[in-house]
Amino acid sequence: MDRGRPGAGTGRYQLSQLENIEAESIHIIREVAAEFERPVLLFSGGKDSVVMLRLAQKAFWPGRIPFPVMHIDTGQNFPEVLEFRDRCVAEVGATLVVASVQDSIDAGRVAEEPGPNPSRNRLQTRTLLDAITEHRFDAVFGGARRDEEKARAKERVFSFRDEFGQWDPKNQRPELWSLFNGRHRAGEHIRVFPLSDWTELDIWQYVADEGIDLPSIYYSHRRRVFRRDGMLLSVGPHVAPGGDEEVFEATVRYRTVGDMTCTGAVESVAVSVEDIVAEVAATRLTERGATRADDRVSEAAMEDRKRVGYF
Amino acid sequence: MELLRLATAGSVDDGKSTLIGRLLYDSKAIFEDQLESMERVSRQRGDEYTDLALLTDGLRAEREQGITIDVAYRYFATPVRKFIIADTPGHIQYTRNMVTGNSMADLTIVLVDARKGIVEQTRRHAFLASLLRVPHLLVCVNKMDLVGYDRDVFEGIREEFASFASRLDVRDLSFIPISALQGDNVVQRSASMPWYEGASLLHHLEQVYISSDRNMIDARLPVQWVVRPQAASVPDYRGYAGQVAGGVFKPGDTVMVLPSGLTTTVAGIDTFDGPLDEAFPPMSVTVRLTDDVDVSRGDLICRPLNQPTVGQDLDAMVAWMTERPLAVGDFLALKHTTRWVRAVVRDVRYRLDVNTLHRDESASTLGLNDVGRVSLRVTQPLYYDSYRRNRLTGSFILAAEDTNVTVGAGMLHGPD
Repeated sequence: MDRGRPGAGTGRYQLSQLENIEAESIHIIREVAAEFERPVLLFSGGKDSVVMLRLAQKAFWPGRIPFPVMHIDTGQNFPEVLEFRDRCVAEVGATLVVASVQDSIDAGRVAEEPGPNPSRNRLQTRTLLDAITEHRFDAVFGGARRDEEKARAKERVFSFRDEFGQWDPKNQRPELWSLFNGRHRAGEHIRVFPLSDWTELDIWQYVADEGIDLPSIYYSHRRRVFRRDGMLLSVGPHVAPGGDEEVFEATVRYRTVGDMTCTGAVESVAVSVEDIVAEVAATRLTERGATRADDRVSEAAMEDRKRVGYF
Repeated sequence: MELLRLATAGSVDDGKSTLIGRLLYDSKAIFEDQLESMERVSRQRGDEYTDLALLTDGLRAEREQGITIDVAYRYFATPVRKFIIADTPGHIQYTRNMVTGNSMADLTIVLVDARKGIVEQTRRHAFLASLLRVPHLLVCVNKMDLVGYDRDVFEGIREEFASFASRLDVRDLSFIPISALQGDNVVQRSASMPWYEGASLLHHLEQVYISSDRNMIDARLPVQWVVRPQAASVPDYRGYAGQVAGGVFKPGDTVMVLPSGLTTTVAGIDTFDGPLDEAFPPMSVTVRLTDDVDVSRGDLICRPLNQPTVGQDLDAMVAWMTERPLAVGDFLALKHTTRWVRAVVRDVRYRLDVNTLHRDESASTLGLNDVGRVSLRVTQPLYYDSYRRNRLTGSFILAAEDTNVTVGAGMLHGPD
């Protein structure tokens, strides 16, 4: 970050709020590397995971990131994002583990949901938990933020998972000061959320300040889309419009990066990170409310998925 | 833009959710889809009005039972500051949740219902905020609209509270008369209370001076991680990574490493973004030393003429957070800065009634949600400061050795 001196624009010996949460996140990442035997960082190529990767790079610089990076590949990702993922991981010199939902389906671990254009969003949980077991990961970094969703607003930075990978929201460890408790037994693990205190706007401001590269679909482009449940879905190999769903070309961008089947685009002309910072600052819809079908199933959709081991 | 962490606490009826809802709504931190979702759930439940508590009560059990289970974190920003609210319920598990929410707070808001005045819960909130050494305490006298915006009511509450607070260790105490429902003195100064000449709540939150709240005197760097790249590009690089917990470090400073006691010099302070001229809390940095001394995780870098207390016998206020009581002879895991040690409970000196501040010296255990003064012996010496001097080097957590669950929080007493 080109900041001049730290805390530029604030009082002497006072960090800016972004510098403050950056320092906290780096502290969290170092604690995990020091106290766990086999951490892994979940990386989707989405903006939050890209920021997390940058923070991990900063935490150990000039050393390398001392843990691998893992992508849960549903097989329904945007091709632009997969290409970006590989380039990004190679640049920081990290090891990439890809766990594939297709493999889980082929092995009979999970079954594809019935109906046209099935989403593999729920199936990812099985693939994720299997990969954690196979690689014996004991700490899993996720990019979730507390401002994203109401169940996440109550989740700890170090979020304990039992041997079934389950989250018990009513029985969480109290978390005080910056003293994190990662103690666990064999077979249990901890999900770690270093971006807990970041907001969507913080992420974009950080991307702007740091000059961080993101997948092209975050920026405005022309795309063939159709409207379903109030969202604009992209026409592609995994998503086909129904008979009464009209296809049209629109100028859009994505606020989140998930599966092509459940991630909607928003109409936007924001072509630069500065445009997006301005757009996010003025928006009246949350990013998940605007663009994620997976959270629209019920009021507690996220809580229910998290309980059984979702990200 | 600066960061201010604030904690709120309150019970079901004192208007806390309405107040938070209004702060978030007026600063545009509530989004339309969140509002629609709250309206929908309120309608389905048959509420007469949209329940803003639904914004913070996110878990299924909370929605179904209309209760708040746990600490929720909320975010909003104005052009001046970003705010992180740790919102804690006032009724269930109050000590556990309030201690958690207040541990990192710069400011605590205590809500008082103008019709009821100071109640047991008000005193408990204020005490726990002072125990956790939250630098700024802000008392909002709410529901002023229901007492006719009467100045005498406000002044009466102010006097009673100030008299109680004089028994506590409160550094900065302010009072604002508000109506969260009507919006009086929340964002804008109220026309209904011309006799109040102070700032609105939001203005107070934006302006309260927090720069001097961190310890900038005692240089403390608990070592988290040793950076040894073993790469040809940076041969022989050896740096000590950590988050500065106190004071200021500069290249050229003479420093001492504990526990070895060896003295050396700061060769450089490194970050990914380039070298720094100085490092101060809460920066995460990597420090290089001129001499090849043995330093590992859990060690502390300080100044030779300003060393922390070193000791194995600890005297601390402990907040207990689990059903199984704390008792003399218990073995526990204890984390202080970047180290885990084992601890044994030597003595429960007294239990404090968090409502009356009465010390019960006959107590021999601490139960769930109790606070008391405890003597502990640890397996290896800790390098610590008193909690009143430094919240980071003066605090610890306790975990059960069998379940690994966090069961207690401690605030150390020191020689000063």
